[in-house]
Amino acid sequence: MRYLLRRLLLVPVPLIFVIAFVFVVLRLTGDPVAIYLGLDATPEQEAVLRAELHLDKPVIVQFGYFLADLAQGDFGTSIQFKRAAMEVVMERLGATLQLLVLGLALAILLGIPAGVACAVYKDKLPDFALSVLAVIGQSMPSFWLGILLIQLFALDLGWLPTSGRGGLEHLVLPTVTLATFLVPNFILVTRVSVLETMREQFVVTARARGAGAARALWRHVLPNAINPVVSLVGLQLGRLMGGAVITETIFAWPGVGRLMVSAIFQRDVPIVIASVFIVAVTIILANLLVDLVQAAIDPRIRLR
Amino acid sequence: MSAVTWFGPRLKVQIGAALVLGMCLIAIFASVLSPHDPYTQNLMLRLRPPVWADRGSWDYPLGTDNLGRDLLSRLIHGSRLSIVVGLMAMVVALSIGTTLGLLAGYLGGRTEQAIMRFADAYQAIPEILLAIVVVAVFGGGVTVLVLVLGFAGWETYTRVAFNLTRSLRERPFVEAAIASGGRGRYVMWRHILPQMSPVLTVIATLQVGQLILQETALSFLGLGLPPPTATWGNILAEGRDRLLVAPWIANLAGCAIVLLVLGVNLLGNGLRETLDPRRADRR
Repeated sequence: MRYLLRRLLLVPVPLIFVIAFVFVVLRLTGDPVAIYLGLDATPEQEAVLRAELHLDKPVIVQFGYFLADLAQGDFGTSIQFKRAAMEVVMERLGATLQLLVLGLALAILLGIPAGVACAVYKDKLPDFALSVLAVIGQSMPSFWLGILLIQLFALDLGWLPTSGRGGLEHLVLPTVTLATFLVPNFILVTRVSVLETMREQFVVTARARGAGAARALWRHVLPNAINPVVSLVGLQLGRLMGGAVITETIFAWPGVGRLMVSAIFQRDVPIVIASVFIVAVTIILANLLVDLVQAAIDPRIRLR
Repeated sequence: MSAVTWFGPRLKVQIGAALVLGMCLIAIFASVLSPHDPYTQNLMLRLRPPVWADRGSWDYPLGTDNLGRDLLSRLIHGSRLSIVVGLMAMVVALSIGTTLGLLAGYLGGRTEQAIMRFADAYQAIPEILLAIVVVAVFGGGVTVLVLVLGFAGWETYTRVAFNLTRSLRERPFVEAAIASGGRGRYVMWRHILPQMSPVLTVIATLQVGQLILQETALSFLGLGLPPPTATWGNILAEGRDRLLVAPWIANLAGCAIVLLVLGVNLLGNGLRETLDPRRADRR
Protein backbone atom coordinates (compact mmCIF):
# COMPACT_ATOMS: atom_id res chain seq x y z
CA MET A 1 0.00 0.00 0.00
CA ARG A 2 2.83 2.40 0.87
CA TYR A 3 4.49 1.44 -2.36
CA LEU A 4 1.33 2.20 -4.32
CA LEU A 5 1.05 5.66 -2.74
CA ARG A 6 4.70 6.48 -3.35
CA ARG A 7 4.44 5.34 -6.93
CA LEU A 8 1.28 7.38 -7.53
CA LEU A 9 3.10 10.47 -6.28
CA LEU A 10 5.61 10.03 -9.11
CA VAL A 11 2.99 10.20 -11.87
CA PRO A 12 2.62 14.00 -12.10
CA VAL A 13 6.36 14.70 -12.51
CA PRO A 14 6.85 13.48 -16.09
CA LEU A 15 3.40 14.80 -16.93
CA ILE A 16 4.31 18.32 -15.79
CA PHE A 17 7.56 18.05 -17.71
CA VAL A 18 5.73 17.15 -20.94
CA ILE A 19 3.21 19.98 -20.45
CA ALA A 20 5.94 22.55 -19.74
CA PHE A 21 7.91 21.33 -22.73
CA VAL A 22 4.93 21.60 -25.05
CA PHE A 23 4.15 25.10 -23.72
CA VAL A 24 7.72 26.32 -24.27
CA VAL A 25 7.87 24.88 -27.79
CA LEU A 26 4.49 26.47 -28.57
CA ARG A 27 5.73 29.88 -27.44
CA LEU A 28 8.90 29.46 -29.50
CA THR A 29 6.98 28.77 -32.72
CA GLY A 30 6.42 32.47 -33.20
CA ASP A 31 3.63 34.94 -32.58
CA PRO A 32 0.30 33.11 -32.85
CA VAL A 33 -1.44 36.42 -33.59
CA ALA A 34 0.58 36.86 -36.77
CA ILE A 35 -0.30 33.32 -37.87
CA TYR A 36 -4.04 33.67 -37.22
CA LEU A 37 -4.55 37.16 -38.64
CA GLY A 38 -2.21 37.43 -41.59
CA LEU A 39 -0.54 40.55 -42.92
CA ASP A 40 -3.35 43.06 -43.39
CA ALA A 41 -4.68 43.04 -39.82
CA THR A 42 -5.22 46.35 -38.06
CA PRO A 43 -3.53 47.02 -34.69
CA GLU A 44 -6.99 47.01 -33.05
CA GLN A 45 -7.75 43.51 -34.33
CA GLU A 46 -4.38 42.37 -33.10
CA ALA A 47 -4.98 43.80 -29.63
CA VAL A 48 -8.38 42.12 -29.39
CA LEU A 49 -6.99 38.72 -30.38
CA ARG A 50 -4.01 39.20 -28.09
CA ALA A 51 -6.34 39.80 -25.15
CA GLU A 52 -8.55 36.87 -26.20
CA LEU A 53 -5.57 34.48 -26.23
CA HIS A 54 -4.26 36.01 -22.97
CA LEU A 55 -1.04 36.94 -24.73
CA ASP A 56 -1.00 40.37 -23.07
CA LYS A 57 -0.48 38.75 -19.65
CA PRO A 58 2.85 37.64 -18.08
CA VAL A 59 4.18 34.27 -19.26
CA ILE A 60 3.45 32.55 -15.97
CA VAL A 61 -0.22 33.62 -16.15
CA GLN A 62 -0.32 32.36 -19.75
CA PHE A 63 0.97 29.02 -18.49
CA GLY A 64 -1.88 29.01 -15.94
CA TYR A 65 -4.46 29.52 -18.69
CA PHE A 66 -2.74 26.80 -20.73
CA LEU A 67 -3.00 24.36 -17.80
CA ALA A 68 -6.66 25.27 -17.26
CA ASP A 69 -7.42 24.55 -20.93
CA LEU A 70 -5.61 21.19 -20.76
CA ALA A 71 -7.47 20.23 -17.60
CA GLN A 72 -10.72 20.73 -19.51
CA GLY A 73 -9.42 18.73 -22.44
CA ASP A 74 -9.46 21.85 -24.58
CA PHE A 75 -6.60 21.77 -27.07
CA GLY A 76 -8.19 24.18 -29.52
CA THR A 77 -9.83 23.52 -32.86
CA SER A 78 -8.11 21.43 -35.49
CA ILE A 79 -7.24 23.41 -38.60
CA GLN A 80 -7.74 20.41 -40.94
CA PHE A 81 -10.86 18.91 -39.40
CA LYS A 82 -12.59 22.05 -38.05
CA ARG A 83 -13.45 20.14 -34.89
CA ALA A 84 -12.10 19.96 -31.35
CA ALA A 85 -8.58 18.51 -31.60
CA MET A 86 -9.14 16.33 -28.53
CA GLU A 87 -12.16 14.67 -30.19
CA VAL A 88 -10.22 13.85 -33.37
CA VAL A 89 -7.34 12.34 -31.42
CA MET A 90 -9.56 10.27 -29.14
CA GLU A 91 -11.26 8.73 -32.19
CA ARG A 92 -7.88 7.44 -33.38
CA LEU A 93 -6.60 6.27 -30.00
CA GLY A 94 -8.37 2.90 -30.20
CA ALA A 95 -6.60 1.89 -33.41
CA THR A 96 -3.22 2.80 -31.93
CA LEU A 97 -3.86 0.95 -28.68
CA GLN A 98 -4.93 -2.15 -30.61
CA LEU A 99 -1.67 -2.07 -32.55
CA LEU A 100 0.46 -1.41 -29.45
CA VAL A 101 -1.13 -4.18 -27.38
CA LEU A 102 -0.95 -6.78 -30.17
CA GLY A 103 2.62 -5.83 -31.10
CA LEU A 104 3.79 -5.97 -27.50
CA ALA A 105 2.01 -9.28 -26.90
CA LEU A 106 3.56 -10.88 -29.99
CA ALA A 107 7.01 -9.55 -29.04
CA ILE A 108 6.68 -11.06 -25.56
CA LEU A 109 5.38 -14.38 -26.92
CA LEU A 110 8.33 -14.66 -29.31
CA GLY A 111 11.07 -12.94 -27.34
CA ILE A 112 10.82 -14.56 -23.91
CA PRO A 113 10.83 -18.21 -25.03
CA ALA A 114 13.66 -17.43 -27.45
CA GLY A 115 15.66 -15.76 -24.67
CA VAL A 116 15.09 -18.72 -22.34
CA ALA A 117 16.19 -21.10 -25.12
CA CYS A 118 19.39 -19.05 -25.55
CA ALA A 119 20.17 -19.30 -21.84
CA VAL A 120 19.37 -23.01 -21.58
CA TYR A 121 21.48 -23.86 -24.63
CA LYS A 122 24.17 -21.28 -23.85
CA ASP A 123 27.04 -21.34 -26.37
CA LYS A 124 25.28 -24.05 -28.38
CA LEU A 125 23.63 -23.70 -31.76
CA PRO A 126 20.22 -22.24 -30.63
CA ASP A 127 21.99 -19.57 -28.56
CA PHE A 128 24.29 -18.70 -31.41
CA ALA A 129 21.58 -18.60 -34.07
CA LEU A 130 19.10 -16.58 -31.97
CA SER A 131 21.77 -14.15 -30.74
CA VAL A 132 22.92 -13.48 -34.29
CA LEU A 133 19.29 -12.99 -35.35
CA ALA A 134 18.80 -10.59 -32.44
CA VAL A 135 21.80 -8.46 -33.44
CA ILE A 136 20.61 -8.35 -37.05
CA GLY A 137 17.12 -7.46 -35.79
CA GLN A 138 18.54 -4.61 -33.73
CA SER A 139 20.28 -3.27 -36.82
CA MET A 140 17.17 -3.44 -38.98
CA PRO A 141 15.21 -0.22 -39.50
CA SER A 142 11.58 -1.12 -38.83
CA PHE A 143 10.37 0.98 -41.75
CA TRP A 144 12.42 -1.09 -44.18
CA LEU A 145 11.24 -4.33 -42.59
CA GLY A 146 7.63 -3.19 -43.06
CA ILE A 147 8.33 -2.36 -46.69
CA LEU A 148 9.99 -5.75 -47.26
CA LEU A 149 6.95 -7.49 -45.74
CA ILE A 150 4.64 -5.49 -48.02
CA GLN A 151 6.71 -6.45 -51.07
CA LEU A 152 6.73 -10.14 -50.18
CA PHE A 153 3.30 -10.84 -48.69
CA ALA A 154 1.18 -8.15 -50.31
CA LEU A 155 2.71 -7.36 -53.71
CA ASP A 156 4.40 -10.65 -54.71
CA LEU A 157 2.27 -13.29 -53.02
CA GLY A 158 -0.91 -11.25 -52.69
CA TRP A 159 -1.85 -12.99 -49.43
CA LEU A 160 -2.37 -9.89 -47.32
CA PRO A 161 -3.52 -6.31 -47.93
CA THR A 162 -0.84 -3.63 -48.26
CA SER A 163 -2.44 -1.13 -45.93
CA GLY A 164 -5.49 0.15 -44.10
CA ARG A 165 -7.56 -1.14 -41.21
CA GLY A 166 -10.29 -3.75 -41.58
CA GLY A 167 -10.47 -7.44 -40.82
CA LEU A 168 -7.90 -9.72 -39.23
CA GLU A 169 -5.80 -9.85 -42.37
CA HIS A 170 -5.09 -6.14 -42.04
CA LEU A 171 -3.60 -6.70 -38.60
CA VAL A 172 -0.94 -9.23 -39.54
CA LEU A 173 1.76 -7.14 -41.22
CA PRO A 174 1.61 -4.10 -38.88
CA THR A 175 1.67 -6.32 -35.79
CA VAL A 176 4.60 -8.35 -37.06
CA THR A 177 6.52 -5.20 -38.00
CA LEU A 178 5.98 -3.61 -34.62
CA ALA A 179 6.79 -6.83 -32.74
CA THR A 180 10.02 -7.44 -34.68
CA PHE A 181 11.14 -4.00 -33.56
CA LEU A 182 10.98 -5.16 -29.91
CA VAL A 183 11.83 -8.89 -30.07
CA PRO A 184 15.67 -8.53 -30.12
CA ASN A 185 15.69 -6.64 -26.82
CA PHE A 186 13.38 -9.19 -25.20
CA ILE A 187 15.64 -12.04 -26.34
CA LEU A 188 18.81 -10.40 -25.05
CA VAL A 189 17.42 -9.26 -21.69
CA THR A 190 15.67 -12.58 -20.99
CA ARG A 191 18.83 -14.47 -21.86
CA VAL A 192 21.01 -12.46 -19.46
CA SER A 193 18.43 -12.52 -16.69
CA VAL A 194 17.95 -16.31 -16.89
CA LEU A 195 21.71 -16.91 -17.03
CA GLU A 196 22.30 -14.74 -13.97
CA THR A 197 19.51 -16.42 -12.02
CA MET A 198 20.86 -19.86 -12.92
CA ARG A 199 24.05 -19.01 -11.05
CA GLU A 200 22.18 -18.10 -7.85
CA GLN A 201 22.71 -20.22 -4.75
CA PHE A 202 19.08 -21.24 -4.44
CA VAL A 203 19.15 -22.77 -7.90
CA VAL A 204 22.33 -24.69 -7.13
CA THR A 205 20.75 -25.85 -3.86
CA ALA A 206 17.58 -26.98 -5.62
CA ARG A 207 19.63 -28.99 -8.11
CA ALA A 208 21.71 -30.48 -5.26
CA ARG A 209 18.54 -31.55 -3.48
CA GLY A 210 17.59 -33.52 -6.54
CA ALA A 211 15.38 -31.22 -8.61
CA GLY A 212 15.68 -32.07 -12.29
CA ALA A 213 16.85 -29.52 -14.81
CA ALA A 214 13.30 -28.89 -16.02
CA ARG A 215 11.88 -28.46 -12.53
CA ALA A 216 14.73 -26.14 -11.51
CA LEU A 217 14.08 -24.05 -14.61
CA TRP A 218 10.31 -23.79 -14.22
CA ARG A 219 10.03 -23.56 -10.44
CA HIS A 220 13.22 -21.80 -9.40
CA VAL A 221 14.83 -19.92 -12.28
CA LEU A 222 11.99 -18.50 -14.35
CA PRO A 223 9.89 -16.95 -11.54
CA ASN A 224 12.99 -15.17 -10.28
CA ALA A 225 14.26 -14.16 -13.70
CA ILE A 226 11.04 -12.56 -14.93
CA ASN A 227 11.47 -9.23 -13.17
CA PRO A 228 14.06 -7.53 -15.41
CA VAL A 229 11.94 -8.60 -18.38
CA VAL A 230 8.89 -6.87 -16.89
CA SER A 231 10.99 -3.73 -16.32
CA LEU A 232 12.02 -3.93 -19.95
CA VAL A 233 8.36 -3.68 -20.98
CA GLY A 234 8.18 -0.36 -19.12
CA LEU A 235 11.44 0.90 -20.56
CA GLN A 236 10.38 -0.01 -24.09
CA LEU A 237 7.01 1.77 -24.05
CA GLY A 238 8.48 4.99 -25.44
CA ARG A 239 10.31 3.14 -28.21
CA LEU A 240 7.16 1.11 -28.86
CA MET A 241 5.22 4.31 -29.49
CA GLY A 242 7.96 5.55 -31.81
CA GLY A 243 7.69 2.24 -33.66
CA ALA A 244 3.92 2.68 -33.83
CA VAL A 245 4.30 6.09 -35.50
CA ILE A 246 6.43 4.47 -38.21
CA THR A 247 4.28 1.35 -38.55
CA GLU A 248 1.09 3.40 -38.85
CA THR A 249 2.68 5.58 -41.51
CA ILE A 250 3.86 2.62 -43.60
CA PHE A 251 0.61 0.67 -43.41
CA ALA A 252 -1.75 3.68 -43.50
CA TRP A 253 -3.11 2.55 -40.14
CA PRO A 254 -5.62 5.17 -38.94
CA GLY A 255 -4.10 5.78 -35.51
CA VAL A 256 -2.73 8.68 -33.51
CA GLY A 257 0.82 8.28 -34.84
CA ARG A 258 -0.15 8.74 -38.47
CA LEU A 259 -2.51 11.56 -37.51
CA MET A 260 0.32 13.33 -35.73
CA VAL A 261 2.74 13.04 -38.66
CA SER A 262 0.17 14.31 -41.14
CA ALA A 263 -0.80 17.13 -38.75
CA ILE A 264 2.84 18.24 -38.66
CA PHE A 265 2.88 18.62 -42.44
CA GLN A 266 -0.45 20.47 -42.35
CA ARG A 267 0.87 22.78 -39.58
CA ASP A 268 -2.15 21.69 -37.55
CA VAL A 269 -0.69 22.62 -34.16
CA PRO A 270 -3.74 21.78 -31.97
CA ILE A 271 -3.73 18.19 -33.27
CA VAL A 272 0.01 17.81 -32.72
CA ILE A 273 -0.28 19.09 -29.14
CA ALA A 274 -3.33 16.96 -28.37
CA SER A 275 -1.71 13.79 -29.77
CA VAL A 276 1.54 14.33 -27.88
CA PHE A 277 -0.40 14.95 -24.69
CA ILE A 278 -2.73 11.96 -25.01
CA VAL A 279 0.07 9.60 -26.00
CA ALA A 280 2.28 10.85 -23.16
CA VAL A 281 -0.54 10.27 -20.67
CA THR A 282 -1.12 6.77 -22.09
CA ILE A 283 2.54 5.87 -21.76
CA ILE A 284 2.87 7.31 -18.25
CA LEU A 285 -0.18 5.33 -17.12
CA ALA A 286 1.12 2.17 -18.82
CA ASN A 287 4.39 2.66 -16.99
CA LEU A 288 2.47 2.87 -13.73
CA LEU A 289 0.69 -0.37 -14.61
CA VAL A 290 4.00 -2.11 -15.36
CA ASP A 291 5.44 -0.99 -12.02
CA LEU A 292 2.38 -2.24 -10.16
CA VAL A 293 2.55 -5.62 -11.92
CA GLN A 294 6.17 -5.81 -10.96
CA ALA A 295 5.40 -5.01 -7.32
CA ALA A 296 2.64 -7.62 -7.34
CA ILE A 297 4.94 -10.41 -8.52
CA ASP A 298 8.05 -9.38 -6.59
CA PRO A 299 7.83 -8.71 -2.83
CA ARG A 300 11.36 -7.28 -2.85
CA ILE A 301 9.99 -4.22 -4.68
CA ARG A 302 6.70 -4.05 -2.80
CA LEU A 303 8.35 -4.04 0.64
CA ARG A 304 11.28 -1.77 -0.15
CA MET B 1 36.13 -25.27 -32.71
CA SER B 2 32.40 -24.70 -32.63
CA ALA B 3 30.59 -21.93 -34.42
CA VAL B 4 30.16 -20.08 -31.15
CA THR B 5 33.80 -19.83 -30.11
CA TRP B 6 34.74 -19.07 -33.69
CA PHE B 7 32.39 -16.06 -33.81
CA GLY B 8 33.88 -14.57 -30.67
CA PRO B 9 34.59 -10.99 -29.64
CA ARG B 10 37.68 -10.69 -31.84
CA LEU B 11 35.88 -11.52 -35.05
CA LYS B 12 32.94 -9.29 -34.08
CA VAL B 13 35.23 -6.33 -33.47
CA GLN B 14 37.08 -7.02 -36.73
CA ILE B 15 33.98 -7.29 -38.91
CA GLY B 16 32.29 -4.39 -37.12
CA ALA B 17 35.34 -2.13 -37.35
CA ALA B 18 35.82 -3.01 -41.02
CA LEU B 19 32.21 -2.13 -41.85
CA VAL B 20 32.27 1.10 -39.84
CA LEU B 21 35.66 2.17 -41.19
CA GLY B 22 34.56 1.41 -44.74
CA MET B 23 31.40 3.46 -44.32
CA CYS B 24 33.36 6.35 -42.78
CA LEU B 25 35.83 6.32 -45.68
CA ILE B 26 32.93 6.31 -48.14
CA ALA B 27 31.41 9.29 -46.31
CA ILE B 28 34.70 11.23 -46.23
CA PHE B 29 35.55 10.62 -49.88
CA ALA B 30 31.96 10.78 -51.09
CA SER B 31 32.63 13.33 -53.82
CA VAL B 32 35.60 11.36 -55.18
CA LEU B 33 33.86 7.97 -55.08
CA SER B 34 30.53 8.99 -56.59
CA PRO B 35 30.39 8.20 -60.30
CA HIS B 36 27.84 10.99 -60.86
CA ASP B 37 26.55 14.10 -59.16
CA PRO B 38 23.86 12.97 -56.67
CA TYR B 39 21.57 15.87 -57.56
CA THR B 40 21.78 16.00 -61.36
CA GLN B 41 18.40 15.04 -62.78
CA ASN B 42 18.02 13.42 -66.17
CA LEU B 43 14.46 12.58 -67.05
CA MET B 44 15.60 10.51 -70.05
CA LEU B 45 17.24 8.09 -67.64
CA ARG B 46 14.43 7.62 -65.12
CA LEU B 47 14.18 4.41 -63.06
CA ARG B 48 17.04 2.55 -64.72
CA PRO B 49 17.41 -0.85 -63.00
CA PRO B 50 20.69 -1.86 -61.32
CA VAL B 51 23.44 -3.59 -63.28
CA TRP B 52 22.44 -7.16 -62.31
CA ALA B 53 18.91 -6.77 -63.71
CA ASP B 54 18.00 -6.92 -67.40
CA ARG B 55 18.55 -3.54 -69.06
CA GLY B 56 20.99 -2.57 -66.33
CA SER B 57 24.29 -0.98 -67.25
CA TRP B 58 27.60 -0.14 -65.58
CA ASP B 59 26.98 3.57 -66.22
CA TYR B 60 24.53 3.48 -63.32
CA PRO B 61 25.62 0.45 -61.25
CA LEU B 62 22.71 0.64 -58.79
CA GLY B 63 20.24 2.17 -61.21
CA THR B 64 18.59 5.56 -61.11
CA ASP B 65 15.65 7.00 -59.21
CA ASN B 66 12.42 8.59 -60.32
CA LEU B 67 14.18 11.80 -61.41
CA GLY B 68 17.02 9.99 -63.17
CA ARG B 69 19.54 10.64 -60.42
CA ASP B 70 22.28 8.04 -59.92
CA LEU B 71 21.29 5.90 -56.92
CA LEU B 72 24.85 4.82 -56.05
CA SER B 73 26.00 8.43 -55.80
CA ARG B 74 22.98 9.35 -53.71
CA LEU B 75 23.58 6.45 -51.32
CA ILE B 76 27.26 7.36 -51.02
CA HIS B 77 26.40 10.95 -50.15
CA GLY B 78 23.59 9.81 -47.83
CA SER B 79 26.07 8.06 -45.55
CA ARG B 80 27.42 11.45 -44.45
CA LEU B 81 24.37 12.73 -42.60
CA SER B 82 23.71 9.45 -40.78
CA ILE B 83 27.29 9.12 -39.54
CA VAL B 84 27.65 12.77 -38.55
CA VAL B 85 24.30 12.96 -36.75
CA GLY B 86 24.82 9.58 -35.03
CA LEU B 87 28.27 10.51 -33.73
CA MET B 88 27.49 14.07 -32.69
CA ALA B 89 24.22 13.18 -30.95
CA MET B 90 26.12 10.47 -29.06
CA VAL B 91 28.70 13.07 -27.94
CA VAL B 92 25.90 15.36 -26.71
CA ALA B 93 24.20 12.55 -24.76
CA LEU B 94 27.50 11.22 -23.42
CA SER B 95 28.69 14.63 -22.17
CA ILE B 96 25.43 15.59 -20.47
CA GLY B 97 24.75 12.15 -19.03
CA THR B 98 28.25 11.42 -17.75
CA THR B 99 28.64 14.87 -16.16
CA LEU B 100 25.35 14.56 -14.30
CA GLY B 101 26.08 10.97 -13.23
CA LEU B 102 29.57 11.91 -11.99
CA LEU B 103 28.21 14.84 -10.00
CA ALA B 104 25.38 12.79 -8.50
CA GLY B 105 27.69 9.94 -7.52
CA TYR B 106 30.54 12.11 -6.24
CA LEU B 107 28.59 14.75 -4.33
CA GLY B 108 25.74 12.56 -3.05
CA GLY B 109 23.07 14.09 -0.81
CA ARG B 110 20.64 16.57 -2.31
CA THR B 111 22.49 16.79 -5.63
CA GLU B 112 22.20 13.03 -6.02
CA GLN B 113 18.50 13.07 -5.13
CA ALA B 114 17.74 15.90 -7.53
CA ILE B 115 19.68 14.48 -10.49
CA MET B 116 18.62 10.86 -10.10
CA ARG B 117 14.93 11.65 -9.51
CA PHE B 118 15.04 13.86 -12.60
CA ALA B 119 16.60 11.01 -14.58
CA ASP B 120 13.83 8.67 -13.36
CA ALA B 121 11.10 11.09 -14.37
CA TYR B 122 12.78 11.76 -17.71
CA GLN B 123 12.77 8.05 -18.49
CA ALA B 124 8.98 7.96 -18.39
CA ILE B 125 8.78 10.56 -21.16
CA PRO B 126 8.35 9.22 -24.68
CA GLU B 127 11.35 10.99 -26.21
CA ILE B 128 10.47 10.21 -29.79
CA LEU B 129 7.32 12.32 -29.41
CA LEU B 130 9.32 15.27 -28.12
CA ALA B 131 11.77 14.78 -30.98
CA ILE B 132 8.92 14.83 -33.49
CA VAL B 133 7.49 18.04 -32.00
CA VAL B 134 10.84 19.83 -31.97
CA VAL B 135 11.69 18.78 -35.51
CA ALA B 136 8.20 19.80 -36.64
CA VAL B 137 8.67 23.28 -35.18
CA PHE B 138 12.30 24.00 -36.02
CA GLY B 139 12.69 21.90 -39.18
CA GLY B 140 15.11 19.02 -39.53
CA GLY B 141 18.46 20.79 -39.76
CA VAL B 142 21.60 18.91 -38.72
CA THR B 143 21.94 20.92 -35.49
CA VAL B 144 18.32 20.33 -34.53
CA LEU B 145 18.62 16.57 -35.19
CA VAL B 146 21.82 16.31 -33.17
CA LEU B 147 20.41 18.23 -30.20
CA VAL B 148 17.04 16.48 -30.23
CA LEU B 149 18.48 12.96 -30.43
CA GLY B 150 21.30 13.81 -28.01
CA PHE B 151 18.98 15.26 -25.40
CA ALA B 152 16.72 12.22 -25.72
CA GLY B 153 19.42 9.71 -24.81
CA TRP B 154 21.40 11.05 -21.88
CA GLU B 155 19.89 9.23 -18.92
CA THR B 156 21.49 5.83 -19.60
CA TYR B 157 24.92 7.42 -19.12
CA THR B 158 23.78 9.17 -15.96
CA ARG B 159 22.64 5.92 -14.42
CA VAL B 160 25.81 4.03 -15.33
CA ALA B 161 28.18 6.87 -14.40
CA PHE B 162 26.34 7.33 -11.10
CA ASN B 163 26.63 3.68 -10.08
CA LEU B 164 30.27 3.44 -11.12
CA THR B 165 31.23 6.71 -9.40
CA ARG B 166 29.59 5.63 -6.19
CA SER B 167 31.59 2.41 -6.05
CA LEU B 168 34.82 4.01 -7.32
CA ARG B 169 34.62 6.69 -4.63
CA GLU B 170 35.21 4.03 -1.99
CA ARG B 171 38.33 2.70 -3.70
CA PRO B 172 41.71 3.45 -2.04
CA PHE B 173 43.21 5.36 -4.97
CA VAL B 174 40.33 7.80 -5.01
CA GLU B 175 40.39 8.22 -1.25
CA ALA B 176 44.16 8.80 -1.48
CA ALA B 177 43.63 11.47 -4.12
CA ILE B 178 41.07 13.21 -1.95
CA ALA B 179 43.22 12.84 1.19
CA SER B 180 46.22 14.38 -0.56
CA GLY B 181 44.16 17.48 -1.17
CA GLY B 182 42.76 16.80 -4.65
CA ARG B 183 39.83 19.08 -5.41
CA GLY B 184 36.52 17.62 -6.59
CA ARG B 185 36.92 18.50 -10.24
CA TYR B 186 40.47 17.08 -10.34
CA VAL B 187 39.47 13.82 -8.66
CA MET B 188 36.44 13.32 -10.91
CA TRP B 189 38.26 14.20 -14.11
CA ARG B 190 41.64 12.51 -13.54
CA HIS B 191 40.85 9.58 -11.26
CA ILE B 192 37.23 8.51 -11.64
CA LEU B 193 36.43 9.27 -15.29
CA PRO B 194 39.36 7.25 -16.76
CA GLN B 195 38.19 4.22 -14.77
CA MET B 196 34.75 4.43 -16.32
CA SER B 197 35.85 4.94 -19.89
CA PRO B 198 35.72 1.28 -21.04
CA VAL B 199 32.10 0.87 -19.95
CA LEU B 200 31.12 4.26 -21.36
CA THR B 201 32.84 3.42 -24.65
CA VAL B 202 30.76 0.27 -25.02
CA ILE B 203 27.47 2.02 -24.23
CA ALA B 204 28.36 4.93 -26.51
CA THR B 205 29.17 2.63 -29.42
CA LEU B 206 25.92 0.71 -29.11
CA GLN B 207 24.03 3.99 -28.78
CA VAL B 208 25.44 5.31 -32.07
CA GLY B 209 23.71 2.42 -33.83
CA GLN B 210 20.37 3.29 -32.24
CA LEU B 211 20.84 7.00 -32.98
CA ILE B 212 21.51 6.29 -36.65
CA LEU B 213 18.32 4.23 -36.81
CA GLN B 214 16.37 7.09 -35.20
CA GLU B 215 17.86 9.63 -37.60
CA THR B 216 16.94 7.52 -40.63
CA ALA B 217 13.46 6.98 -39.17
CA LEU B 218 12.85 10.73 -38.74
CA SER B 219 14.19 11.32 -42.21
CA PHE B 220 11.93 8.55 -43.58
CA LEU B 221 8.91 10.22 -41.99
CA GLY B 222 9.91 13.43 -43.78
CA LEU B 223 11.06 15.09 -40.56
CA GLY B 224 14.79 15.14 -41.32
CA LEU B 225 16.62 17.24 -43.88
CA PRO B 226 14.08 18.04 -46.61
CA PRO B 227 14.40 16.57 -50.12
CA PRO B 228 16.25 16.74 -52.46
CA THR B 229 19.00 16.25 -49.87
CA ALA B 230 20.36 12.73 -50.24
CA THR B 231 19.78 10.99 -46.91
CA TRP B 232 19.12 7.28 -46.57
CA GLY B 233 15.76 7.93 -44.98
CA ASN B 234 14.73 10.28 -47.81
CA ILE B 235 15.84 7.79 -50.47
CA LEU B 236 13.91 4.97 -48.78
CA ALA B 237 10.80 7.15 -48.52
CA GLU B 238 11.04 8.04 -52.22
CA GLY B 239 11.56 4.38 -53.08
CA ARG B 240 8.49 3.43 -51.08
CA ASP B 241 6.28 5.29 -53.56
CA ARG B 242 7.77 3.27 -56.45
CA LEU B 243 7.77 -0.20 -54.92
CA LEU B 244 6.00 -1.85 -57.84
CA VAL B 245 8.18 -0.44 -60.61
CA ALA B 246 11.49 0.15 -58.83
CA PRO B 247 11.77 -1.91 -55.64
CA TRP B 248 15.56 -1.66 -55.73
CA ILE B 249 15.53 2.00 -54.62
CA ALA B 250 13.96 1.31 -51.21
CA ASN B 251 15.76 -2.00 -50.75
CA LEU B 252 19.26 -0.74 -51.54
CA ALA B 253 18.79 2.19 -49.16
CA GLY B 254 17.63 -0.31 -46.52
CA CYS B 255 20.74 -2.44 -47.15
CA ALA B 256 22.96 0.61 -46.69
CA ILE B 257 21.37 1.40 -43.32
CA VAL B 258 21.59 -2.21 -42.12
CA LEU B 259 25.26 -2.54 -43.13
CA LEU B 260 26.29 0.57 -41.17
CA VAL B 261 24.18 -0.13 -38.09
CA LEU B 262 25.14 -3.82 -38.06
CA GLY B 263 28.79 -2.79 -38.20
CA VAL B 264 28.34 -0.43 -35.26
CA ASN B 265 26.41 -3.04 -33.25
CA LEU B 266 28.96 -5.82 -33.92
CA LEU B 267 31.73 -3.45 -32.89
CA GLY B 268 29.87 -2.52 -29.71
CA ASN B 269 29.06 -6.12 -28.78
CA GLY B 270 32.61 -7.26 -29.50
CA LEU B 271 34.02 -4.40 -27.41
CA ARG B 272 31.66 -5.26 -24.57
CA GLU B 273 32.86 -8.85 -24.50
CA THR B 274 36.50 -7.71 -24.71
CA LEU B 275 36.50 -4.77 -22.30
CA ASP B 276 34.04 -6.11 -19.81
CA PRO B 277 34.56 -9.87 -19.68
CA ARG B 278 32.71 -10.26 -16.38
CA ARG B 279 29.58 -9.17 -18.12
CA ALA B 280 30.23 -11.03 -21.34
CA ASP B 281 26.76 -12.53 -21.03
CA ARG B 282 25.24 -9.12 -21.50
CA ARG B 283 25.45 -8.98 -25.23
